[in-house]
Amino acid sequence: MRHLIDPLDFSEAEIEKLLDVADDIALNPKKYSQVCAGKKLATLFYEPSTRTRLSFEAAMLNLGGSILGFATADSSSAAKGESVADTIRAVSCYADICAMRHPKEGAPLRASRYARIPVINGGDGGHQHPTQTLTDLMTIRAKKHRLGNMTIGLCGDLKFGRTVHSLIKSLARYEGIQFVLISPEELQVPDYIVDEVLKGKDIPYEEVGNMEEVISSLDILYMTRVQKERFFNEEDYIRLKDSYILTAQKMRRAKKDMAILHPLPRVNEIAIEVDDDPRAAYFDQVQNGVYVRMALIMMLLEVTPC
Amino acid sequence: MLNIDSLERGIVIDHIKAGCGMKIYNLLKLDELDCCVAVIKNARSSKYGKKDIIKIEDMVDLDLEILGFVDPHITIDVIDEGKIVEKKHLVLPQKLVNVIKCKNPRCITSIEEEIDHVFKLSGQGDHHYRCVYCEQEYQG
Ligand SMILES: [Zn+2]
Repeated sequence: MRHLIDPLDFSEAEIEKLLDVADDIALNPKKYSQVCAGKKLATLFYEPSTRTRLSFEAAMLNLGGSILGFATADSSSAAKGESVADTIRAVSCYADICAMRHPKEGAPLRASRYARIPVINGGDGGHQHPTQTLTDLMTIRAKKHRLGNMTIGLCGDLKFGRTVHSLIKSLARYEGIQFVLISPEELQVPDYIVDEVLKGKDIPYEEVGNMEEVISSLDILYMTRVQKERFFNEEDYIRLKDSYILTAQKMRRAKKDMAILHPLPRVNEIAIEVDDDPRAAYFDQVQNGVYVRMALIMMLLEVTPC
Repeated sequence: MLNIDSLERGIVIDHIKAGCGMKIYNLLKLDELDCCVAVIKNARSSKYGKKDIIKIEDMVDLDLEILGFVDPHITIDVIDEGKIVEKKHLVLPQKLVNVIKCKNPRCITSIEEEIDHVFKLSGQGDHHYRCVYCEQEYQG
């Protein structure tokens, strides 16, 4: 039995196969509409995340399966102090697979060790969010027809952004990858990512403070939200915030086939005017997120279309 | 200087960093032993200038993992019939179970009952341990 806890749990070959299935689902959704008939997905959301939960639930319903679960911790047995280990043992009797979102880092890993059903990490604290990473990879591959040989710019909050860390770790496995890390000094990628992933694997990268000077070199621009509360003072925030907002004017310098990604929700870091730019891929990600979760559920339940 | 070779049968924990002898004594719970145990402070060392030594007058099982984590420079001499029959050099353990605790308040170990605190040696070089749950590095 397999789980998806860390984005590196799957090999490159497994990811390729999963993305192939997701692409096929996008083309032929009917073929998959009953593959999980009679199967149940439990969504165990210890903190609310409506978008991620709905994406998982839509994925299972699209496969002909059914869903059960809870959307906040206060409606669950966790509120009564039950451990993750005990909860998952019980849930293993009710469902065939589960997706867990938890504010505590490592909770899905803990659950997977006591589960009799596959566990999918739907986000654990500031740690990992592997289904977002799969969605990012699907979108990148759809836009660029490859996962290697490109320059990826990551912009905004690179320190606390778990989707950024997962994406760097995942893309670092492919040939010919270069990273351009665009952030204020306060929000740079954590040391362990630099030491273990970038320096550790000899991957070319540069850290810069300004988007405009590097945007023309990028094949992918991955935007994230810079939250005001991450700054030590208001002055710094006001001084810096515009450097990390993508506008139509900045897009003029970008390559004609650059793709803009964002894990959403956005606040103001991508100006609305950019939405009409054909290079904007962030709304594709929402749809891709459902396809990739469908492919993932099928893979973990070991079902195939007949 | 005290003669450490006088041990007939037992274990010598040698090359302990000077001043850390009692810490090791407590860590290994040597106070629970019934046999004769000597902690020697500030012994002369050709390698380190000064060192601490612990002599245990019995064959006991020591947790070498913990010792390796605390100080990989420590060496263990197993003495029988007054001679060193085995010299053990320590290495940093790959995995630590319930030796150190994760201090990350966002980690599942902070709330889950009966959970083992597990750390793994990271690829980042010497003495970097990461919690297997939250991957945060242990800061001693
Ligand atoms: Zn931890």
